[in-house]
Amino acid sequence: MSASIEIQIIAVLVAVACALPGVFLVLRQLAMMSDAISHAILPGIVIAFLLTEDLSSPLLILGAAAAGVATVALVELLRKTGLLKEDAAIGIVFPALFSVGVILIARFAGDVHLDVDAVLLGELAFAPFDRVVLGSIDVPKATLVMASILMLNVVFIGLFFKELKLATFDSALAATLGFTPVLLHYVLMGLVSTTAVGAFDAVGSILVVALMVAPPAAAYMLTQRLASMLWMSAALGAISAVGGYWMARWLDASIAGSMAYGWPRFSACSGLCSRARSRITGATAESSAAGFRARHATHSSLSPRRAARSRAGVPRGTSAGSPAMGAGFRYDGRSNGKARWLCGRPGGIDEAVRQRTRAGETRIGPYLIPAIFVVLLPTNSGILIVFRGG
Amino acid sequence: MDILTELFTDYTLRTVALGAALLGISAGALGCFALLRRQSLLGDAISHAALPGIALAFLLTGSKSSLVLILGAGAVGWFGSVLIAALTRRTPITYDTALGILLSVFFGVGLVMLTFIQRMPDANQAGLDSFLFGQAAALMQRDIYVILAIGSVILLLTVAFWKEFKLISFDPDMAETLGLPVRALEHLLTGLFVAAIVIGLQTVGVVLMSALIVAPAAAARQWTNRLGVMVLLAAVFGAVSGVSGAVSSSMAPNLPTGPVIVVVVSMIVGASLLFAPNRGFVFRKIREWKSGRALRVDAVLVDLYTLASQHASADYPHSEQVLNVMSSMSGTAKRTLHLLKTLELAQPIDDQRWSLTPAGEERARRVIEEHYGGGA
Repeated sequence: MSASIEIQIIAVLVAVACALPGVFLVLRQLAMMSDAISHAILPGIVIAFLLTEDLSSPLLILGAAAAGVATVALVELLRKTGLLKEDAAIGIVFPALFSVGVILIARFAGDVHLDVDAVLLGELAFAPFDRVVLGSIDVPKATLVMASILMLNVVFIGLFFKELKLATFDSALAATLGFTPVLLHYVLMGLVSTTAVGAFDAVGSILVVALMVAPPAAAYMLTQRLASMLWMSAALGAISAVGGYWMARWLDASIAGSMAYGWPRFSACSGLCSRARSRITGATAESSAAGFRARHATHSSLSPRRAARSRAGVPRGTSAGSPAMGAGFRYDGRSNGKARWLCGRPGGIDEAVRQRTRAGETRIGPYLIPAIFVVLLPTNSGILIVFRGG
Repeated sequence: MDILTELFTDYTLRTVALGAALLGISAGALGCFALLRRQSLLGDAISHAALPGIALAFLLTGSKSSLVLILGAGAVGWFGSVLIAALTRRTPITYDTALGILLSVFFGVGLVMLTFIQRMPDANQAGLDSFLFGQAAALMQRDIYVILAIGSVILLLTVAFWKEFKLISFDPDMAETLGLPVRALEHLLTGLFVAAIVIGLQTVGVVLMSALIVAPAAAARQWTNRLGVMVLLAAVFGAVSGVSGAVSSSMAPNLPTGPVIVVVVSMIVGASLLFAPNRGFVFRKIREWKSGRALRVDAVLVDLYTLASQHASADYPHSEQVLNVMSSMSGTAKRTLHLLKTLELAQPIDDQRWSLTPAGEERARRVIEEHYGGGA
């Protein structure tokens, strides 16, 4: 399967997985909770990493989810004291937690200032390089993770649809009938956290907010029924993921195309990714190199010029990059967001390599958010015209 | 001590600390209005939304002077706040959803622009991404002048429109009936709010600037019920956290300024929530405990009096078990009886029985009068 299709599949999975709990956030007027949670999971990941020293440990996801739930609990605690309103409580808790995360990275996870882009944006274009082998199928890890999170969300919402509906629209009645809306609230927020963690890895915290809030907001204007709102949010999320991907590709190409500077650097990142991949699949150096060439050929479909150079065997940045990478470079086998912002610790990628990869990598992440909104906007404005006044 | 001397002698440190203090003051002061108007998260949305403004200003002018960047950020931030208002008024979208949408869209566009700038062949762009988490060490004398100028305009306008802002914060309906141009005043207040945010972006960063708006105000709110005092306190808290964050991050390398400031200001909030007189958690617990004790004392006293009133004299002793039964709602009477003894309102006759003292009798009569309107 080509990387392009894999990226789109991941994008759709992320969008749908985010849209479903997002519906309830929007309906409960907790949209900003997605922002809070997606920021506040950072210290959870960092602390779990500092404890395990292992980037691929499932504890990282657990830590992140725990931090998400802790955020919700803290906000609730502050609100219950009656000393702060809910919005102020949110506005205090998540910057504090996020700051702790940033400081922890700065102090203990290396002396390189963290790769901000990766925290905020993730990097979808890298997701296909991080793979796992399931039986006989070789899939990107992000696909697997997001598919399971999506499953979890669908199952939870399917099982507790009636309870969620009641607790969302009439929490007093839900409490009277013994549905424990508080417990449901926490479970829902745990779900939001888990989804945010999974999505954060692939697309970064800001796109998590966008995907949790925007499709449900659009669907909110289209329908009055909860079930249709869920369907529509999922559909709008999926449409904007695919549309956004192609738009991002177009934007990236048209921007990058005007700047020759970026191209030679591409190979460095590509090499980095296939190295990362070989760690996971346990491939030898030869197969890694082969994988690198294959991967590179796949990716070179992005640009005819790059493909031509690749076929001609022009080494570009690799010649400079490879020895450096081989020397100071013990990469943990993850090329996506988490790894990149935790890098810089001893044994991580050194600054030089990082700079090289950052300068010219093919970035879809940054373009994806606006692109998704350009896809969503016609839907939105069409609805606005119809519903103006209603 | 070393740091203190350096604070007054070292040029860079003084510049940085002064800048951080100034923006802490204006952010703290304006944050009070946002907090009272329930717009705490507006700061988060606007500070994120200002990012494309910074990038755009750089792309258009090619200059990294903080005035240009701040103007760009301010213009786009203000546009964002207008959009939020329009979204909430014109569509069924709620306020929080509008904030979420605006935040992610504008910030996304801003990051695209930053990526675009980073790819530009000339190297002039370095340092623009310090706007994400703030880099106080990069503050220069002329940046301080910009902060100082904008900060004083903000504070002057706040003072000039003090009573109008106060009214639209607490009772916009009354402001409307008095014939005040509420919409225009709201726009002005939001404009000042945006200005207070954008002058902090370079030091604190777009991601965390919102905390410097909300947190000092939230801390100050705990100490007072008066707006004037609250604004002053918030300004002080903002200045203190700004200075300590900026100083500690310029002392330790690789410590981003914004997060340090946020951690300091969060600790101030925590301390205020716990220890502020009247509203604070500790004081409230003490008050609850005190009033609970007073109620228990009065209850046992009245019980003793009621029992004694069935007998010839008011100091007729009664056994502890009886009192236990009578005050079964609030636990055993033993501790309360000992308390009564130290207050000299009751005395033990032997190791089981207790009687009222004259003072206790007097007090019991008064309590009954107060609660049951005389006669017992």
